Amino acid sequence: MIVTSAAASTSASTCDDRMADVWRQLGTVVDPELDESVTDMNFISRAEVDASHCVHVDFRLPTFWCAANFAFMMADDMRTVLRALPWVKDTKIILGEHMYADAINTGIAEGRSFQETFGKEADGDISEVRRTFLVKAFQRRQEALLNYLISAGMKTERIVAMTMAGISSLAADDEAQKLVARYLDRRDVISATTLASPAFITAEGHQLEAQNLKSYLSGLRRIRANAEFNGAVCRGLLAVRFDMETPLAPKTTKTCR
Amino acid sequence: MYVTKSGEEIFVIDGHTHFWDGSPANQKNIHGKQFIDCFYAYHSGLSPKEEVWPKEKFEKYDAQTMYDDLFVRGYDDMAILQPTYLGDFYKNGFNTTERNYAMKKSHPDRFILNGAFDPRDGQKGLEHLHECVEKYQVKGVKLYTAEWKGDSKGYKLTDKESYRFLEETQKLGIKNVHVHKGPTIIPLNRDAFDVADIDDVATSFQGLNFIVEHCGLPRLDDFCWIATQETNVYGGLAVALPFIHSRPGYFAHIISELLFWLGEDKLLFASDYGIWTPKWIIDKFMAFELPDDVAKETGVNLSLQTKKKILGLNAARLYGIDVEAQKRKLGNAHKIAAE
Repeated sequence: MIVTSAAASTSASTCDDRMADVWRQLGTVVDPELDESVTDMNFISRAEVDASHCVHVDFRLPTFWCAANFAFMMADDMRTVLRALPWVKDTKIILGEHMYADAINTGIAEGRSFQETFGKEADGDISEVRRTFLVKAFQRRQEALLNYLISAGMKTERIVAMTMAGISSLAADDEAQKLVARYLDRRDVISATTLASPAFITAEGHQLEAQNLKSYLSGLRRIRANAEFNGAVCRGLLAVRFDMETPLAPKTTKTCR
Repeated sequence: MYVTKSGEEIFVIDGHTHFWDGSPANQKNIHGKQFIDCFYAYHSGLSPKEEVWPKEKFEKYDAQTMYDDLFVRGYDDMAILQPTYLGDFYKNGFNTTERNYAMKKSHPDRFILNGAFDPRDGQKGLEHLHECVEKYQVKGVKLYTAEWKGDSKGYKLTDKESYRFLEETQKLGIKNVHVHKGPTIIPLNRDAFDVADIDDVATSFQGLNFIVEHCGLPRLDDFCWIATQETNVYGGLAVALPFIHSRPGYFAHIISELLFWLGEDKLLFASDYGIWTPKWIIDKFMAFELPDDVAKETGVNLSLQTKKKILGLNAARLYGIDVEAQKRKLGNAHKIAAE
């Protein structure tokens, strides 16, 4: 997982501050398959902080059958980002209505790894499957940014020659800045960078070539189409399965005890 | 039969239909309930409002309802019955070859009957495969790789036992293998939806056609890549097609990717009945045009000829159906029934 720096209020003196911290941190946890945040996907059904600074999070998924490995990753990532907050003393993450709910809830509560949680039903950790989907997220974010730069009129020769320093200093509007930030957040999945490193590389680590850029992009297009489709399926299934009309506990207030 | 405004007849073969019993009376445990509930969520989430069934009807519909929905109300000329056993979830199974066979017997010219095998069943499974061919004369098999069986939560086509069954399938003269990936498989740390095993067996079994249900979704991206390398890999359009109603923009992207990577000869229409019904899907599909920007980006066409192939001609080719002869046969049967 990529943990973005926690801009947490160190004191978190009020309930509002603490809840804002909680929601901000949960917003950094993504569904690995969809590359969308669990808060945007409406997976969080409850978030509270109790008097002893334990954070309680309940979450739900679009089907009873959603893959165990991704469900575990999301729960584990929620636990990690919440515990990164300096004022948090404990976390209770509960997945509901899922075929492996009990196993995952116990495993997360006891801080066990995926392998420890699933015993003989697993034959290793989840780093490989995690990386597979981080690479897809990298490709999808890269495609979005490349298409933006092309449609903004940037020459392909300039795009492929761009360095990390160059991309960071692009004079850009809000949308472009967002695309750049999202892309850079996944760039080091492929390789570590310095300011002089090429900004755009393939998933195999090769530099892009201007004359192949079009066919390279049509290769990435199907990753976007698949992810968008899956995101829409998941939203639809979640809405059928759970009441999405009643607002959740308000995101900023009155949920501390 | 779908007839265009200009009078052109389009022969429709529905590539994936079920005659299931998911009713509470047949459910063995919570998993039986959760399985049909999940199907129902797909049904009610993606169907137009006026096409949504009450839950009870969805759990178990009768043979006449199915016949009418497919061939009277719908435009299907023929439909392929695909079994899904789920013996660990349902007392009498969810949708067995035997149950489908009764349907096939009542309407022999309408249905193509497929069987199934499960490589984890060993010798008994091989005997069942033989029974499917000899007693039920199945024309293909459907494999659900995520089926739970005792301690097992699924299998891969590359398992040694799967190879043995695929060899036997080929020997028995079966050509069409429909593969349906699901969300579980042991070991759980791997990606359950991974389609790489299809790549492997498609290379090893050149005499078999592998029709991948819902085009490998949620791994359509990987599926497209595999299907371009293998001449014997096809995509079934269940799940993708209903998006034509709720999210036509996404459907445009998906169908254009499929046409770009697989081409118009490799895609098969499927309603996945009773998850969806063919009438509204076909009405919308026939009326659908690719938006200009998508067509320009991918360079593909969704012409009338392409639609004809997807709706029936591709399946007819795979299943050896002579469309003109079949039309006459069905026309005669219709006349006799009317007299």
